[in-house]
Amino acid sequence: MREAMEFDVVIVGAGPAGLSAACRLMQLAAEQNRPLEVCVVEKGSEVGAHILSGAVFESRALDELFPDWQERGAPLHTPVTTDEVYLLRNAEQAVKLPDALLPKSLHNAGNHIVSLGNLVRWLGEQAEALGVQVFPGFAAAELLYDESGRVRGVATGDMGVAADGSHKDGFMPGMELHARYTLFAEGCRGHLGKQLAERFELARNADPQHYGLGIKELWDIDPARHRPGLVIHGAGWPLDKDTGGGFFLYHAENHQVVVGLIVDLNYANPWLSPFDEFQRLKHHPVLKQYLEGGKRVSYGARAIAKGGFNALPEMAFPGGLLLGCDAGTLNVAKIKGSHTAMKSGLLAAETVFAALTEELADSAWAPRWKAAFEASWLHEELYRSRNFGPALHRLGPLAGGAFNFVEQNVFAGRLPITLHDRQTDHARLRPAAEFSPIAYRKPDGVLSFDKPASVFLSNTNHEENQPCHLVLKDGALPLRENLPRYAEPAQRYCPAGVYEVLGAEQGEPRLQINAQNCLHCKTCDIKDPSQNIVWVAPEGGGGPNYPNM
Amino acid sequence: MKILVTVKRVIDYNVKVRVKPDQSDVDLANVKMAMNPFCEIAVEAAVRLKEAGIATEIVAVSVGPSACQEQIRTALALGADRGIQIDTAEPPESLVVAKLLAAVVAAEQPELVILGKQSIDADNNQTGQMLAALLDWPQATFASALALQEGRLEVTREIDGGLQTLSLALPAIVTTDLRLNEPRYASLPNIMKAKKKLLEVRTPAELGVALKAHTRLLKVEAPAERQGGIKVGSVSELVEKLKSEAKVI
Repeated sequence: MREAMEFDVVIVGAGPAGLSAACRLMQLAAEQNRPLEVCVVEKGSEVGAHILSGAVFESRALDELFPDWQERGAPLHTPVTTDEVYLLRNAEQAVKLPDALLPKSLHNAGNHIVSLGNLVRWLGEQAEALGVQVFPGFAAAELLYDESGRVRGVATGDMGVAADGSHKDGFMPGMELHARYTLFAEGCRGHLGKQLAERFELARNADPQHYGLGIKELWDIDPARHRPGLVIHGAGWPLDKDTGGGFFLYHAENHQVVVGLIVDLNYANPWLSPFDEFQRLKHHPVLKQYLEGGKRVSYGARAIAKGGFNALPEMAFPGGLLLGCDAGTLNVAKIKGSHTAMKSGLLAAETVFAALTEELADSAWAPRWKAAFEASWLHEELYRSRNFGPALHRLGPLAGGAFNFVEQNVFAGRLPITLHDRQTDHARLRPAAEFSPIAYRKPDGVLSFDKPASVFLSNTNHEENQPCHLVLKDGALPLRENLPRYAEPAQRYCPAGVYEVLGAEQGEPRLQINAQNCLHCKTCDIKDPSQNIVWVAPEGGGGPNYPNM
Repeated sequence: MKILVTVKRVIDYNVKVRVKPDQSDVDLANVKMAMNPFCEIAVEAAVRLKEAGIATEIVAVSVGPSACQEQIRTALALGADRGIQIDTAEPPESLVVAKLLAAVVAAEQPELVILGKQSIDADNNQTGQMLAALLDWPQATFASALALQEGRLEVTREIDGGLQTLSLALPAIVTTDLRLNEPRYASLPNIMKAKKKLLEVRTPAELGVALKAHTRLLKVEAPAERQGGIKVGSVSELVEKLKSEAKVI
């Protein structure tokens, strides 16, 4: 029998959305002198350990939460000074786009280059100082419902379970965390958020969610080449014309740059390896000019929910809300999700606090949330950028880009048309026989690296003796269908080398899952063509330990 | 019996240690920190003695900046009763730590001090021994088992040739090795309770200890990167390379 603890609000995930909600709840409680018990559970070993983002940060929501963030020491140290956008034509050539041709949403004056991990660490300190119970190292593993079917909280995972399911020496059963309202802010493709969406059919009126896989590295570079505040975005090579995506390179503080590639997960060619695309991208002169002579410091990867407004599910369900990227509030036109995630947290806090104070009836909950959301700048911003992603997917980068320029700069997103993109990402994968394998060049160990050396830099660790957290619905399917038809694409889309097909040369192929390497990016849960892989939370504290990401 | 147990805040064992570009030290900015694993074993040993009805109170002590209160809170969540942080800018060298601990021992009068055998950052393996010398107490280092027998402490030590069992008069010093126990997880209710337990902050001046540095850190270097191997075509080529290139035969 598990023990239970009672809270007013339980929040799953200590990221921008979850911590903003927690802080705002405590601010409201202090203003109105009402005692409030708020707890945040976080599967990472510490707050910020699993946070990975570019990031160019727009401070609008932070200004609302802590107008004095500067005095409080928020780590926004590098204002954006210059925006550059390139179209890479091939491995050597590039066209720099003139400023006047860029959609307004890609102008970053007034924004900051940040480490979102460090910003979230700071938010965690603010939350604790306000009286929030923040519990890193505890994964929310299970949804709890009351008799009426209303969500009444979550249970944390058992600790100390062996791979065979037996209890090890230090076994500690999970705890039930009960709450009047439970807020889910797990980030893109949260494993509980996915179950909630299914159970309450939250996505019934939405387009399918679309995803990208972001891979990022942090580099110490030659101080002579460092231009703090320079923001570079680009598209084109090495991705082919049928594969969406783009790269970024930001000059942050301390002679460091962050560099990354986002590959849309609706790609068709199963031979494509986002990791290897990123490694070869760094050899392009536009990027190499900064990285050369530098040293790679860190590596990580995370999926991104980029379907935007049209793919946004209902966020409210009886007893709680989906927030931030767990719902899909990223603004793809700006390539930014942190400020929108934070805003969803602020709105959630205000709506939940009022509901608790009034003892709002459950039947009035969803309409109350909808009204609050629709009256917010978050809704307005997402609505105006609703066509950006679908235009690129449906019209291609050129016509789509032109559409986006006109729509964003001339009509400010107010055109009375809405483009839809109704095919799921995993269904777009084509059989391997329709393409030739891509010959990626061997990494040089200077600018490009292999997967094991990369995963090493993410400080990823999982307790070795525990059940595999990458669950196959049908254990035989990878070899029966994925291997012959798609050459088992998991070997290539996984940026951590978790999935390996061994023994193929001997004619006895078997799938090996190296779950200890998992970066918690969720790509396998998204891209498996049969949706056969289910990502569940491993023992709390496992996963990457990203510093400064 | 009152037990004093020491905890050190160190870089997490999962984190790849990185040297600062100017080689002045290891880079700890925004890096995950944790309780030194050997200290966790020390805390667990103390908690088990309390659960066995032998210990009556466990005091957790850490030396370092206020951030190390996090590790003291972890010790409190694991079962220590109260904490003491000795506030210093950076963790001082072993001898100073031992002197600070000796001053705490003089004030607290524990019958047993349990320390980790070494910290995984500096790997000095000195503090416990120095503390025993300063206090003139018996010590048993590298403990893999301990039990109380008729008022004396029986400690099994891991030594090069095997195991050695010592009987110590109390008060005594024990330093823990890896196999002494497997530390438990802190539970959520205990983490919440730990936030309310007493945690005092003391200064070296209050304890009458001067922070004198006897050594100076000159430089930190990362180990040289391993060169990739090569495949040889034949045994004779291998022998040739071992002779002429590796110069090992």
